[in-house]
Amino acid sequence: MFEVRIHGRGGQGVVTAAELLSIAGFEEGFWAQAIPSFGSERMGAPVVAFCRLNECEIRSREPITSPDAVIIQDPTLLHQVKVFEGLSPGGYVLINSSRSLDQLGIGEFVDKLPRGHAACLPATELALRHVGRPVPNAALLAGLCAITGRLKPASIEAAIRRKFKGEVGEKNVAAAREAFAMFANVEVKEGARAHAQAV
Amino acid sequence: MLRQCEGSQAVAEAIGLCRPQVICAYPITPQTHIVEGLGALVKSGALANCEYINVESEFAAMSVAIGASAAGARAYTATASQGILYMAEAVYNAGGLGLPIVMTVGNRSIGAPINIWNDHTDSMALRDAGWIQLFAEDNQEAVDLHIQAFRLGEELSLPVMVCMDGFILTHAYERVDIPTQEQVDQFLPPYEPRQVVDPDNPVTIGAMVGPEAFMEVRYLAHAKQLRALELIPELAAEFKQKFGRDSGGLIRSYRADDAETIVVGLGSVNGTIKDVVDEMRNEGIKIGGVSICSFRPFPTAALSTALGRAQRIITIEKSLSVGIGGNVSHNLRMALPDRNTTVYTVIAGLGGRPITRASLKKVFRSALDGLLEPVSFLDLNLPVVQRQLERERLERRTGPAAEAILRDLNTLPAAVH
Amino acid sequence: MSGPQRVKFYQTGTFTVGNRLLDVSVRSVQSDRSRNNSLNSGHRACQGCGEALGARYALDAAMRAVNGKLVVANATGCLEVFSTPYPESSWRVAWLHSLFANAAAVGTGMAAAMRVKGRHDVRVIAQGGDGGTVDIGFACLSGMFERNDDVLYICYDNEAYMNTGVQRSSATPAAARTATTPAVGDQPGNVFGQGKNVPLIAMAHGIPYVATASVCDLRDLEYKVEKAMGFHGARYLHVHVPCPLGWGCDTGDTLKVARLAAESGLFPIFEAEYGEITGRRAIRKRVPVDDYLRMQSRFAHLFKGRGDPARVAMIQAIADRNIRRFGLVSEGAPA
Repeated sequence: MFEVRIHGRGGQGVVTAAELLSIAGFEEGFWAQAIPSFGSERMGAPVVAFCRLNECEIRSREPITSPDAVIIQDPTLLHQVKVFEGLSPGGYVLINSSRSLDQLGIGEFVDKLPRGHAACLPATELALRHVGRPVPNAALLAGLCAITGRLKPASIEAAIRRKFKGEVGEKNVAAAREAFAMFANVEVKEGARAHAQAV
Repeated sequence: MLRQCEGSQAVAEAIGLCRPQVICAYPITPQTHIVEGLGALVKSGALANCEYINVESEFAAMSVAIGASAAGARAYTATASQGILYMAEAVYNAGGLGLPIVMTVGNRSIGAPINIWNDHTDSMALRDAGWIQLFAEDNQEAVDLHIQAFRLGEELSLPVMVCMDGFILTHAYERVDIPTQEQVDQFLPPYEPRQVVDPDNPVTIGAMVGPEAFMEVRYLAHAKQLRALELIPELAAEFKQKFGRDSGGLIRSYRADDAETIVVGLGSVNGTIKDVVDEMRNEGIKIGGVSICSFRPFPTAALSTALGRAQRIITIEKSLSVGIGGNVSHNLRMALPDRNTTVYTVIAGLGGRPITRASLKKVFRSALDGLLEPVSFLDLNLPVVQRQLERERLERRTGPAAEAILRDLNTLPAAVH
Repeated sequence: MSGPQRVKFYQTGTFTVGNRLLDVSVRSVQSDRSRNNSLNSGHRACQGCGEALGARYALDAAMRAVNGKLVVANATGCLEVFSTPYPESSWRVAWLHSLFANAAAVGTGMAAAMRVKGRHDVRVIAQGGDGGTVDIGFACLSGMFERNDDVLYICYDNEAYMNTGVQRSSATPAAARTATTPAVGDQPGNVFGQGKNVPLIAMAHGIPYVATASVCDLRDLEYKVEKAMGFHGARYLHVHVPCPLGWGCDTGDTLKVARLAAESGLFPIFEAEYGEITGRRAIRKRVPVDDYLRMQSRFAHLFKGRGDPARVAMIQAIADRNIRRFGLVSEGAPA
C-alpha cells in the first residue's frame, strides 16, 4: 500500500489531485482509492485529500494518518497545519514552491528523510506558463512520479486527459512534462534535497 | 466497464441505465453529485425519455416522485440528512401508498449542531417509514444495489432507499464496474405499476381508512417487507448470475463461521472492520464480521443463523438512539436465539469522526477482555464532556454547549487535519 | 369563444331557464345530461357546502374541456375527507390524495409521468382548500408555478381550516371569528393587515393564466376552467366557496353570501394572462359590506350592541380598494 496525503487550499484542486492520482494508479492496474476530507470550507481554507494505491482491494476507509508521501500545494500551510504529521520515516515530501527547502525553513526536517525524498517544485509557475491559471496539480503529480518512481508519467498524462478534455488537458500535460523533465535534469539521487528550480 | 471514478458519478450512471422516467433533483450535500450527474445525462440526451425536475425542496422532491410513480412512471430522487427529515411526511406517504420510488440517501448526520459529515442518523430516522433500506459497503455495491432496488421495489410495490455513506463513498474515487445497458435491460423490465392514476380507468387512490381496516392495511405493508426477505436474496443470486458479482443480499459474513466474536456493521465501515478482522485473525483471535445490507426488512432469521454460535457480538453503529444507545443492536437482539450472548453496542463515527483500524482493534480487544461497557462511544473524549458538565453544574447561562466543547478542545475547524 | 359577458342571466346553473334559451354550444356544462358528475352525489359534505358545489362544476367543466382525459391530485382537507372514505368514493375521475401540503407537487409529478409516457392528451388538475394552498402548500404551489409545470391548480377558498374545526388561515378575512381568532377582547376576530393575496402572487410568477371565480357565478367558473384548460403550463384558479358551518350563515344562503362577497367588492373576480389582468367581472349592483357581513355569525361581534362601525368601515375600505384596484365598477354605473 502506498498512501499519499495532499495538503492545499480550497480552490487549488486538492481533491482533484487525489482523484487524478487514483486514476493514474488505476491506469497501471493498481487498486486506488481517493477520498477528500470534504468540508463546507470555502476558497482559501486549508483542505486535505488522500489517495491510496495498492496491489489488491482497498477496504479500509479511514483517513491517511501515516502517509508515504505528502504533497503540499501551498507552502504557507507549512506553519499552519501539521502537514508532516505521521509521515513515514522513509516517506516523500513534495512542496509547490519556487523557493528551496532551506528557504522554506524545513531543511532540517527533510534531512531526516532518505536522500532525494524531498523536493520543491515551482508548480504554480509552470501552471501559469502552460495553463494560464494557478492550478499546480499536473506538475505536482508529475513531480511525485519523478521523486517516488511509483507511477509512470504516461499514467499521469492519461489521468489528466481523462479528467480534462481537449485543450485544457493538453496544456496540463505540457506542464506535467516540463515538471518531470526538471527532475530528470536535477540529480535527485545525489542530493538529499532535490530542488527542481535550481536547474 | 471497469472505471476509476467518483462514487456519485458511478451511481448516477447506474441509475441512468435503469431508465428512470422522472428524476426529482434538489441539492443537499453529500448526494448532490448524483443528481448533477443525472442532470448531465438527461441534458446531453444520453438518458432519453426522462423528465428531470428541479424541485424547490426535498418535500417537493418526494411529492413529485409520488405523483409520477402513481401515474405509472419510474421515479427516482436522492437526498441526505436534513433533506430526508424535511421530506419525512412524504417518505411515509410513499411507503403507505406502496409506490416503488427509489431514493439514494448519501448518509449524513443530522443537526443541531449542523454537521455535513457522514453517519447513519438520517436513514435511521426513517427506518419505520415502510421503505426497504439497503446499505452499500462500497461504490461497486452502491451501483449494483440501485439496479436491484428498482427491480425489488417494482416487484413488491414498495419504495427502496439505497443508503451509501456520504463522502466516504459518495465522494470516493475507486474502481467500479459500470454494467452495460443490455445487461441492465435484461435484469430490469419496464415498470408495470400495480395501481395507477389513469383517466381511462379512473380509481381513487389515497383515501381515508378508519380503525376497521387500518391495522390490516399496515399489516400488509409488514407482510410485503417479509416477502422482501425472500426476494432480496433471490434477486442478489440472479444479479450474480447476470452480472458476475456478489452484491446485495440480506447480510454478508466475513470469516464468521467459527468466530467467537462477531462484529456487525452497516455500510462502508465493514471494509475497515474486515481489515481489522484479518489483523486479529493473524494473532489467532477467532473474530469475524457480518455486514447487514438490508436493514429494512430486518434479516432476523439470516442473522440468527450467522450469529448463532458467537459468544459476543459487537455492533459498530453510526447512529445514536439518544436515550438508549444503538438502533442496530436493539434490532439485532431479536435475532439472537441464545439470550446469553453478550451484545456490545459501539457508537462510532458520528458526524464524520474517522473510524480507524487502531480504534476498532482497541475496542474489540476490550470486548474480548470483558472490559467493554454495554454501550460505548468509540474515541469519545470523555474529559471534555465531563468538563462541560461541570461548567453546566456551576453556571446557569453556559451558552451553546457545542461551542464550549470546541473552545475546550482548542482545535482548528473540522476540515483541517 | 363563449364568455360570461354574453350571458346576461344571474344564475344559469343546472337546468335553469337561461340555458334552454341558449344555443346548445354555449349552454353550461352542468345543463348537459351527459356531464361527467366528477364529484358524484352521496358524499358527506355539509348542507350548503360551497366547496362541493365549486369542485363539481370545476371538474365537470374540465372533464368536458379535455374529453375526459383528466387526472386529479387532491390536498388533504374537507374536500378529500367528505368525498372519499374507503371503500366509497364520490370521484368519477382518476384521483390521488397524497398529503396536505403537496398537491401541487404531486400534480407536477403526474404531469411529468404523462409527458414521458407519451400521454399528451392527459391533463392534470391539483386542488385543495385555502389551508392546503395559501398556507401549508404554498411552497409547492410556488415551485409548480415557477417551473411552469403543466398543472391547473384550483384553490377552493372558504377562508379558514374548516376540516379541523374552523381555525384561521392566511385567507381568513379581517375581523372574522374563527376558533383561533375568537371574538373576544378589544379587537375581536382576525386581525387587520394580515393575510396574502395568492392570485396576485400567482400572477407575479408570470404564469399563463390566473383567475378568481365564485360559486355565485357558476357559469363564469365553468368558463374559466374551460379557458384554463386551453393553456399549457401552470395555471391558477381561486374559487370563493362559502362554508355555512364556518361562516355561520344559513345553509340555504351559500350562493347569496358568495354573491354579496362579489357584489360588495370584498372578493374581486378577475382573470389575468402572463401576469397582466385581462378581464374582470363587473359588479352589477354594488352593495355595502354590511349586507355581506351581517349574514354571517363570524362577523356578529361587529354588530352587537352599539356595533363596531369603525372596523366595519375598515372592511368597507378594503372593498373600496378592491373596486378601484381591479376596476370592478364601470364608469357611470350606479355605485
